[in-house]
Amino acid sequence: MAELTYIQAISEGLRQEMRRDPRVFVLGEDVGVYGGAFKVTLGFQEEFGPWRVIDTPLSETAIVGGATGAALMGLRPVAEMQFADFVSCAWDHLVTVAAKQFFRARTPIPIVVRLPSGGGFSGGPFHSQNPESSFAHIPGLKIVCPATPADAKGLLATAIEDPNPVLFFEHKHLYRRIKAEVPEERYTIPFGQARTHRPGDDAVVVTWGAMVHTAAEAAERLAGEGYEVEVLDLRTLIPWDEERVLESVRRTSKVLVLHEDTRTGGFGAEIAATIAERAFEHLDAPIVRVAAPDTPVPFSPPLEKAFIPQVEDVVQALQELLAY
Amino acid sequence: MSTETQIEVVMPQMGVSVSEGTITKWLKQPGDPIARDEPLLEISTDKVDTEVPSPGEGVLAEILVQEGETVEVGTVIARIGAAAAPAPPTGPAAAPAPPLAPVAAPPEPPPGSVEPGPVVSERGPEAPADEWAATDNGKRFISPVVARIAAEHGVDLAVVPGTGTGGRVTKKDILAYIASRAPAPPEEPGLATEPAPAAVATPAPPPPAQPPPAPATSAPAAPPSPAPPAAPEPLQAAPGEALEPMSAMRRGIAEHMRRSLDTAAHVTSAIEVDMSRVVALRQKLKPQVERDHGVNLTYLAFIARAAVDTLADYPWINGEIRDDQIVTRSFVNLGIAVELAEGKGLIVPVLRNAETLNLLGIAKGIADLAQRARGKKLLPDEVQGGTFTITNPGSYGTFHGTPIINQPQTAILGTYAVVKRPWVVQDELGNDVIAIRPIMNLTLTYDHRLVDGALAGRFLRDLREKLEVWDEAAY
Repeated sequence: MAELTYIQAISEGLRQEMRRDPRVFVLGEDVGVYGGAFKVTLGFQEEFGPWRVIDTPLSETAIVGGATGAALMGLRPVAEMQFADFVSCAWDHLVTVAAKQFFRARTPIPIVVRLPSGGGFSGGPFHSQNPESSFAHIPGLKIVCPATPADAKGLLATAIEDPNPVLFFEHKHLYRRIKAEVPEERYTIPFGQARTHRPGDDAVVVTWGAMVHTAAEAAERLAGEGYEVEVLDLRTLIPWDEERVLESVRRTSKVLVLHEDTRTGGFGAEIAATIAERAFEHLDAPIVRVAAPDTPVPFSPPLEKAFIPQVEDVVQALQELLAY
Repeated sequence: MSTETQIEVVMPQMGVSVSEGTITKWLKQPGDPIARDEPLLEISTDKVDTEVPSPGEGVLAEILVQEGETVEVGTVIARIGAAAAPAPPTGPAAAPAPPLAPVAAPPEPPPGSVEPGPVVSERGPEAPADEWAATDNGKRFISPVVARIAAEHGVDLAVVPGTGTGGRVTKKDILAYIASRAPAPPEEPGLATEPAPAAVATPAPPPPAQPPPAPATSAPAAPPSPAPPAAPEPLQAAPGEALEPMSAMRRGIAEHMRRSLDTAAHVTSAIEVDMSRVVALRQKLKPQVERDHGVNLTYLAFIARAAVDTLADYPWINGEIRDDQIVTRSFVNLGIAVELAEGKGLIVPVLRNAETLNLLGIAKGIADLAQRARGKKLLPDEVQGGTFTITNPGSYGTFHGTPIINQPQTAILGTYAVVKRPWVVQDELGNDVIAIRPIMNLTLTYDHRLVDGALAGRFLRDLREKLEVWDEAAY
């Protein structure tokens, strides 16, 4: 097994899928000659040619619209947004067409939209958002948020195979920061199966994406205080692993839901509500949410640090929860 | 001393995803003066090659990372010392501004909803925790999981030491308390969460109004102590033995049976009843009742109907000793002992105002209660408030028994198998002859504190009379 960064794992996984299935192709702004804004498709055009690695005009509407049409004609497009933030331009095609096409006409739309998301590098309000919950609300779309290189590769393969439109949220902050062993052969990871990132019985943090690592660091610090906090990585939000979460809740009775997205209407609210509905009698403390405040992502580094949940924030919230 | 005026040069973040950079060339050497924003070095990253300007003014004091080396973003790569004038402390990411800290506090209300006055409330580590558990009625907050565990195990939370916020009993506290009290592991929750079983055989240890002091009977044995008893010794099964946890219902039954024997002076009287008339009547009515009303007409219904009728003449047997008073009633709430499937216990649902029901009404009421008892569909109200109980162990052929009174009632009627016996009767000439008759034994177990033997005897005699000369029109 080779040690790959998160971004290398995505690149590697995408290359494998393109070699394996001639229907798979990529399209997006600067994905061809330039190799993509983050270099995920660097060298792809040389290997697969300009018809499978298509540089598009600066129009997310055109990218997702084109991908949807290609999928209707039997192809498996993987569309790249330079930043997840820009997907709002393609809202109509995703929500009105791609998400509802199968429901309307029984024609599947097997597209994957790759969405570099998240903050932590002073990208400001247009390059740092985590818009997963907006799309999680739309029936017909699947939402993937990997936290590790191995998951990124395996979930990407599953996303490309899936007959539904899949939004693949890649956390930019993890791209070159996270490095781990990734199997060289092709493999898939089923949607809807959470992963225990760290075991523990005193409380559970339910999270996904980059926050998995924040939670793990917080749990590590609390281990020094004698607490064992479980960190549960959902990996996919639609579908999400309710049973696994409820199992943890029944065991630990104390839950913290953590996400980098803003608080109100974030996917954490959905998780908290489900726990309250289905495991109320197992709770020993109120469900706690740690999330970003309801503002645009600030540009200024200290402000951004205050905005994105930090390890210290999670540690403090967990200390209160554990002491409750 | 010089450190205070030194400026640290760090590997800059040259793109959103860049985590490291390689130094390709230092443009200044130690000792060189440098102005703010003057190019200091060249770096190469995944995405770009670029010059890095100096973050401040002064003299390059030292180079910490040499050309060709790759380091993570944020690593200190050089230090710039003060020139003539002390440089303003522009230390880059090192010092986040303090006033911003509260913004990061996790349970933050949306900006729009912030109340006027102090911009952001002080959220010290201790503040929210207290807020969570604060109650203004002096009672400790009980969390859902603790409430459920307490109900399942019949724990009075007032005696459990709490270590949570404001002395709250946490899940860990109650589990530790239960472990120290009884070594049995918790049974499957399904049965115990049903409201009925808990109230079943027992109206639960302490009636709600009574504070901590345990019910009189168990007080001497286990005075509630605020500290959990010493180390639990797990039970060990001897060779050939098996251990099985007691269900909440079984614990309730055990407690109630013991308490009843400790409370009442139990005496049992028995009587033999010739059921010929009832058997004949039942044979006649059964198909019709089944067809018209979907009810199985049982012997129990006849006996219940006759017993309720007889009780009207014996108010003390339908009564209760409450403190030093005798309670009698103008109604009969008839408890019917119902065995649950697979010997899983016993429940006593109550047929209210049985004195208003005719034979069909009683038969229907008993069938309905029994069915819902076995389906765990009883409401808590339906297992409380009984004034007299009938138990029917006779379906297995037993002909006698000495049941235990369902407290706080005064008596319990036992019904047994109907058996064909050679029976001495008188023929129309007044001669004794032996006939074959269906005979049933009835027992009345009564609290001898209130009911004398003669009274019980008369009750049984009258009950027998009603059954033997059953008046179809009257019932």
